[in-house]
Amino acid sequence: MTANVMRDPGDVSAAQHRLHVVSFIAGKYVPVIFLFLLSVVIIAPMVWTVSTSLRKGTDSFTVPPKWLPTDLAVENYAEVFDKVPFGRQIINSGLITWGTVVGQLISAALAGYAFARLDFAGRDLLFWIVLATMMIPIQAVVIPVFIFLRNMGLVDTLWSLILPAVPTAFGTFLLRQYFLTIPIELEESGLMDGANQWQLFYRIYLPLVKPGLAVLAILSFNFHWNEFFRPLIFLIDNDNFPITLGIFQLQGYMMTGSIAVVLAGVVMSLVPVILIFLVGQRYLIEGIMRGAIKG
Amino acid sequence: MTTAKRTAGGAGLWYWLMQDTMDGLRRRRAILGYLFLLPTLLGIFIFTAGPVFVSFGLSLFRWNIFKPPDFVELANYERLIGDVRIAISFGNTLKFTVLAVATQVSIGLLLAMGVHRITQTAMRYYFRTAFFLPLLMSGAAVAVVMGYIFHKEFGPLNYYLGLMGVQQIPWKTSADWVLITIVIMSAWRNLGFTFVLFLGGLSNISREVLDAADVDGAQGFRRLWSVTIPLLSPQILFAAVTGVIGAVQVFEEPFIMTRGGPGNASRTAVMVLYEAAFKNIEYGYGSAIAVVLFLVILAFTLVQMWMSRRWVFYQ
Repeated sequence: MTANVMRDPGDVSAAQHRLHVVSFIAGKYVPVIFLFLLSVVIIAPMVWTVSTSLRKGTDSFTVPPKWLPTDLAVENYAEVFDKVPFGRQIINSGLITWGTVVGQLISAALAGYAFARLDFAGRDLLFWIVLATMMIPIQAVVIPVFIFLRNMGLVDTLWSLILPAVPTAFGTFLLRQYFLTIPIELEESGLMDGANQWQLFYRIYLPLVKPGLAVLAILSFNFHWNEFFRPLIFLIDNDNFPITLGIFQLQGYMMTGSIAVVLAGVVMSLVPVILIFLVGQRYLIEGIMRGAIKG
Repeated sequence: MTTAKRTAGGAGLWYWLMQDTMDGLRRRRAILGYLFLLPTLLGIFIFTAGPVFVSFGLSLFRWNIFKPPDFVELANYERLIGDVRIAISFGNTLKFTVLAVATQVSIGLLLAMGVHRITQTAMRYYFRTAFFLPLLMSGAAVAVVMGYIFHKEFGPLNYYLGLMGVQQIPWKTSADWVLITIVIMSAWRNLGFTFVLFLGGLSNISREVLDAADVDGAQGFRRLWSVTIPLLSPQILFAAVTGVIGAVQVFEEPFIMTRGGPGNASRTAVMVLYEAAFKNIEYGYGSAIAVVLFLVILAFTLVQMWMSRRWVFYQ
């Protein structure tokens, strides 16, 4: 469409030229207007969630829907904590996510470095096996893992979620990619300076793959903060639930009575992921792209 | 090899490992390699690679809360084939997968192509954020919120559709609609993923290729079909593969919003697996469902990897 006006305007009559200008403007602005309308539709449920969470219970589920949070009924947020042990559940979510992320960073950095920079018999075979396990979905292993955790006495503890999530084929693969990009000359100069093998890894390589660590940390944080399936199976007691199960419970208790309280819970569950998105969206998007390059 | 190795005792071993030669260095690095891999390999063995085989094994047993495991050969699979509820659930999952992946890939592509043309930084940032935000929500939160949005009488969606003259749609309560509702809500969330993926892919396409297309006069649909889509094929394939793998595992959206209903209309494969293994406590039967589900996902993945060799175009 833009190509039309790029042509030499000298060979078109004034009327044709005007037509081209119109089609140029239409070609330029119609898609933007269309995108804008779509963006409104896509954001609307989130705006509605926040504003309804601040509405009085009796007014929360009415037609026509209201969009401005005129009541500012912050007591909905307090009521969440009365209905379910939400404070406890926020802490649980935090502990599960934090434990998993830290464990993944340590184990995947070590394994990624070994696959990228160390030589040993069977390395490529082992790498291939680790890669192949990326194709195994959680549902294919959840029954044996549950039985194993039960026999270990870990069911209904936060460990049942953290321990199985720490070994990460994806994280290992991702960090290996980052280690591979670092020039090997750095290693040689490190050896000249008398660094031992551990120092080579910890002092020279690790600081250089910080962006990779950030990508893994953010992707893993979002995934495990939002997890539902494993907690539903591995946990029994309310007090051990993460926030996702808390919201599910809350929805069950309130039915369609006061949805404002349920939505207040949803809004609170979103706070950490939104904060992390604001700080680290560069890494989040890079993570998505990295996954794509792997193909 | 070296004499040091033959010397018995710890001191010899220490020397063998720590000697200041290239051999010593190589040995130290090899041992370090195994040590570094140990946590990951052990963990993957205990929690992923091992349990896959255990799942296969368990699927040959009848094992419930009342009785100890009992080897029944393929009885679980025979039962599975005759189980109407399972057939319906797998059918629903298949329908959902096709619709959800087609929706999120095509709309994600459309959005990315639109935003790619925008050069103004603030507007670009706004659109990127707007389309990406829903991806941050958990499936549980999405299911809860959308459960209200799609409510027949009080939901905002039906209200606005009503203003446009559309009759109240029974989004969650009609067997004809409920899968479409779940497709819409999951596409709403996953658009952020395909959008960001394609936007990145578009900005990687070299200027020269697009200029060449301009010179050749490729425009509109032709340009989309014979220039943009082939150049984006690695991203499209990746979006399709991850989309299918994710969609086949769909669980919390229907579980939270409709509990699988009305009837079995939104019951999915993972939901029947969950019910068999953790509600009815039939580990053997649950494992048989898990094995079938795993093989379906594996087959999809392998077919798509094979396809990638046939039509993916790498620039």
